[in-house]
Amino acid sequence: MKISQNIAISENGFLFNPATGDSFSTNACGKEIIRLLQEGQSQAQILEALQREFEVDQASLEKDLADFLYMLGNYRLLDANAQ
Amino acid sequence: MPLKTYERPYLRKLNAGLGNKFGTRNSQVPVTEIDGVPVAKLMEEYGSPCFVLSEQTIRQTYRNAVRAFSTRYPKVQMAWSYKTNYLNAVCRIFHDEGSWAEVVSIFEYRKALANGVPGTQILFNGPDKSEDDLRTAVQHGSLIHIDHLDEVYLLSEILASEGLKARVALRINMDTGVYPLWDRFGFNYENGSAWTAVTKVMAQPRMELVGLHCHIGTYMLSAQAYAVASHKLCDLADEIRKQYQRRIEYLDLGGGFASGNTLKGSYLQGSDVIPTMDDYAEAITSTILQHPFAMSGEIPTLYLESGRALIDDAGYLLGSVLALKRLGDGRRATIMDFGVNLLFTSFWYEHRISPAQEYSSHHEDMVLYGPLCMNIDVVRENVSLPLLKRGDRVVVHRVGAYNMTQWMQFIQMRPNVVLIDRQGQVHLIRRRETVDTLNEMELTPLHLELGQGKPA
Repeated sequence: MKISQNIAISENGFLFNPATGDSFSTNACGKEIIRLLQEGQSQAQILEALQREFEVDQASLEKDLADFLYMLGNYRLLDANAQ
Repeated sequence: MPLKTYERPYLRKLNAGLGNKFGTRNSQVPVTEIDGVPVAKLMEEYGSPCFVLSEQTIRQTYRNAVRAFSTRYPKVQMAWSYKTNYLNAVCRIFHDEGSWAEVVSIFEYRKALANGVPGTQILFNGPDKSEDDLRTAVQHGSLIHIDHLDEVYLLSEILASEGLKARVALRINMDTGVYPLWDRFGFNYENGSAWTAVTKVMAQPRMELVGLHCHIGTYMLSAQAYAVASHKLCDLADEIRKQYQRRIEYLDLGGGFASGNTLKGSYLQGSDVIPTMDDYAEAITSTILQHPFAMSGEIPTLYLESGRALIDDAGYLLGSVLALKRLGDGRRATIMDFGVNLLFTSFWYEHRISPAQEYSSHHEDMVLYGPLCMNIDVVRENVSLPLLKRGDRVVVHRVGAYNMTQWMQFIQMRPNVVLIDRQGQVHLIRRRETVDTLNEMELTPLHLELGQGKPA
């Protein structure tokens, strides 16, 4: 799973997709997930990294990460060619 | 290094310059207390969901309504509408403030008597009064508001057999320019049914026609409609005076005054569009006072049976988030532990819902579902709320009217109801139901009793 290469994200969580012109806002945790996706990290690696960074139980994090990734896909922000 | 505070990741598409059917977030601060009592404490002690009523708000709202009318009109009597909320504690607050009782069934009637209301201070309304019901009301000297001609004949027979007299009023329906027309209750003014009823009642030696009653609708957004209703009732009273030399003692303008809730489909918030109690009072009292009927002798007493507008603001429903999910089209769905079983009014209101804990600046659009395994269980079809998670608490506002009488025992049991008094003390005023509450009512045929073997 990889985020589309041309997605731009600002420091304060403003996301822009130049391919569609759509813009989005996200929070600190969402920004971190996108950064990790840009680095090419897997879902399991992202989960591990977030658990080291945030005070959260694994079950909630797993559920929320899956939901966030679903929404990235739903908004066509994931690279369809990369798995 | 300490771990960062977690807030679940969120992604919101920005639609600059475009309208959004979810609207914008309008609740800027969490509601953590009701009358100084922490919401968290209430839910820990009384469970989730839980209804909360504020005695302070009930009394303040009532006094404001009384002030609006009594500063404009010298003879005003409120009668608490039992069907709106007939929890005894609630009724007793209204009676303590000076309110009589307005009931529409014998069960409400008996509740009113048990709450210490003298029979002579009970207005008995509604289409369903059996022979026994009417006999009880007659024996207690209550004011009987006649709904249909069958009731005139039935009451006449009862009075003859009991050798008693009854003080009665006629319920009148009419066109006030507001639709739908509530013409199913009482006698129609425009088509002459009302006058026919007057002549029938006046012919009954044991009935004393002392009042005229109307109740033109519910959640009335036009105060002017009450001016029309008042005028027509006065016209009728004046005609009775001229034809029969009988003076109508009271006019009952009913209720139907709106609360601050927002109706579904309303562009503006409810509190921005509803008339104030002063608007209703001005329309009614100035019409009566300027009518030739009022100027021809002693002015009639004004009875009011407002329910919704007096109790809605005082009621809160506390609840919790059960789960979050995504719908097929990607919309956020949040499942609460309360639904249309407890919040009947969510069928017609966009209830204001506030989180009961601190939250960040982020919010998301969502559908709010109840816990019932039933597709109709939607509390809000679209609402923008902060990032809720399982276990988060919310407060639903303005739920005091009708929800605690129209609630359904369906799939879930009815929850605890508590009252916060003026000193901030919390009182349990209705216990939550249990499976025993249901089973207590049921009987099992002998051949289906456990341990009886297979039926032949």
